[in-house]
Amino acid sequence: MTLLAIDQLHTSLGGKPVLHGLSLAVQEGEFVGLIGPNGAGKSTLLRAALGLIPSTGKIAIAGKDAAAMPAKERARHLAYLPQEREIGWPVSVEMLVSLGRAPHRPAFAGLDAADTAKIEEAMRRMEVDAFRHRPATDLSGGEKARVLIARALAQDAPLLLADEPTAGLDPSHQITLMRLFAQLAAEGRDVVASLHDLGLAARWCTRLILIDKGRIVADGAPREVLTAARLRSVYGVEAYLGETQGGMLVMPLDVAS
Amino acid sequence: MSETARYRLLLIVLGAATFILFLLSLTVGPAALAFTDSIAALFSSKAGAIALIMQEIRLPRAILGLMIGATLGLSGAALQGYLRNPLAEPGLIGVSATASLGAVIAIYTGFSAVFPLGLPLAALAGAMLAVLVVQAMAGMKGGALTIILAGVAVSSFAGAMTSLALNLSPNPFAALEIMFWMLGSLTDRSMTHVWLAAPFMVVGWVMLASLGRPLDTLTLGNDAAASMGVDMRRVQFLAVFGTAASVGAATAVAGAIGFVGLVVPHILRPLVGSRPSRLLPASALGGACVLLAADILVRIIAPGKDLKLGVLTAIVGAPFFLWLVYRTRRNLL
Repeated sequence: MTLLAIDQLHTSLGGKPVLHGLSLAVQEGEFVGLIGPNGAGKSTLLRAALGLIPSTGKIAIAGKDAAAMPAKERARHLAYLPQEREIGWPVSVEMLVSLGRAPHRPAFAGLDAADTAKIEEAMRRMEVDAFRHRPATDLSGGEKARVLIARALAQDAPLLLADEPTAGLDPSHQITLMRLFAQLAAEGRDVVASLHDLGLAARWCTRLILIDKGRIVADGAPREVLTAARLRSVYGVEAYLGETQGGMLVMPLDVAS
Repeated sequence: MSETARYRLLLIVLGAATFILFLLSLTVGPAALAFTDSIAALFSSKAGAIALIMQEIRLPRAILGLMIGATLGLSGAALQGYLRNPLAEPGLIGVSATASLGAVIAIYTGFSAVFPLGLPLAALAGAMLAVLVVQAMAGMKGGALTIILAGVAVSSFAGAMTSLALNLSPNPFAALEIMFWMLGSLTDRSMTHVWLAAPFMVVGWVMLASLGRPLDTLTLGNDAAASMGVDMRRVQFLAVFGTAASVGAATAVAGAIGFVGLVVPHILRPLVGSRPSRLLPASALGGACVLLAADILVRIIAPGKDLKLGVLTAIVGAPFFLWLVYRTRRNLL
């Protein structure tokens, strides 16, 4: 099933066009890596898909027109992890994760048993239940990232859009996170993550979409998308591409002359 | 004890404290009345002197103290949650300053002398004007920073116009009256003031109280909240107009009373686990407690001197504010 379909998406930021008629469709079971240089339009694409910034073109979420969809219904189809790990108040980890259930509850209703079960599962999965009572603002960067992902998991939406989820994490947490996203996709969800680490993208994503200057340059399996010529023309880097037992290896070596 | 149980206990304690302070407020005054006599007179239909004092002087004062305190506490908590800034206070969006300006114009022109309710009505008109300007400046998608900046601009202009009225004041008595009014007080208010302010306050409370869950979600930032189904335009509208209606009405009947809306949410935040939705009712009760206590204190400290309520809250509030800045300075930048 197509969870997100974008057709001819145009967006401008401050009068400057950022996306030029971008079209794509993602299916359940896919772990899509959104790659491209800084300023290519990756974050803008995610934000436009969520309706956070105005755009022209058609966006369909789970087969329905997103423009006509109430915000709360959209939030049940689609969870979003922004790039900034913002936590405004020193609320407890448990409370922060429970926010993910808001789109599923009527305006003034409390949490029911099903909500609590989802919250517990999300906290267990991200291994944050051990410090559930601690203020979320006191945590380390990696712990904060996990708590915020647990919040998105508690939202229990079939589609997860994550903006640079691995930024600022150490290698082991990066790998754990990519494995989790791959698992979520294997369970029948769909994860779309913008990524800067091409090695991680090549190793874990089932599909890569390469964006440059607001247009899709390549879309397909990591081995098809990541070629030495493309890395040179899009990223301006000379890269080593190889195969290991753990999968594909991509290592940018130098800036292309 | 779980966080929820602690929260319920806090609300019970604050509610009981509010009730006790309300009763105390009814029994403190220049006329020495016995507690039982005064409470009995409150419900008496006989037109005795005690009944008159209780029903016409002390009851409106206590009710206004309760309502205005709750207004300041609630709107302070709501604005701090909406702007995600612990230094936000109800006056930030310019409502207090323009309501004061409206009142000052009513005093200056003599409108308040010919028509007793002229002053609060002019103040309300000022508050409504401020909120329309702020909302127009910020636009429907303006966001927090524009609202703060527009509020600062509106406050400054209203302050300047108030100074102009003082400057051009035809006689020193008018200037003195303006100064005294601006200090904020609950002395000599009648039930008419209660009935005038109550509808606006209740509308404002309902708008602010409905912000609970959106404010919780806003802890994660604007984008995350919007992605979770929070309508940011609706939240902005409710926060700005709810504050304007309730604080505008409060300022209209009592003048500008500072620091309660800033300090009370701050003291109570750690006790509710920093959760914005839980801070709303706690802060409303806390604000009522603080204002009732302050209004009792001004009558006890200097009976007959008419010490102004706003002066007392500022004397206690300003040092606390300094301490607050000192404590949070690491997190400010």
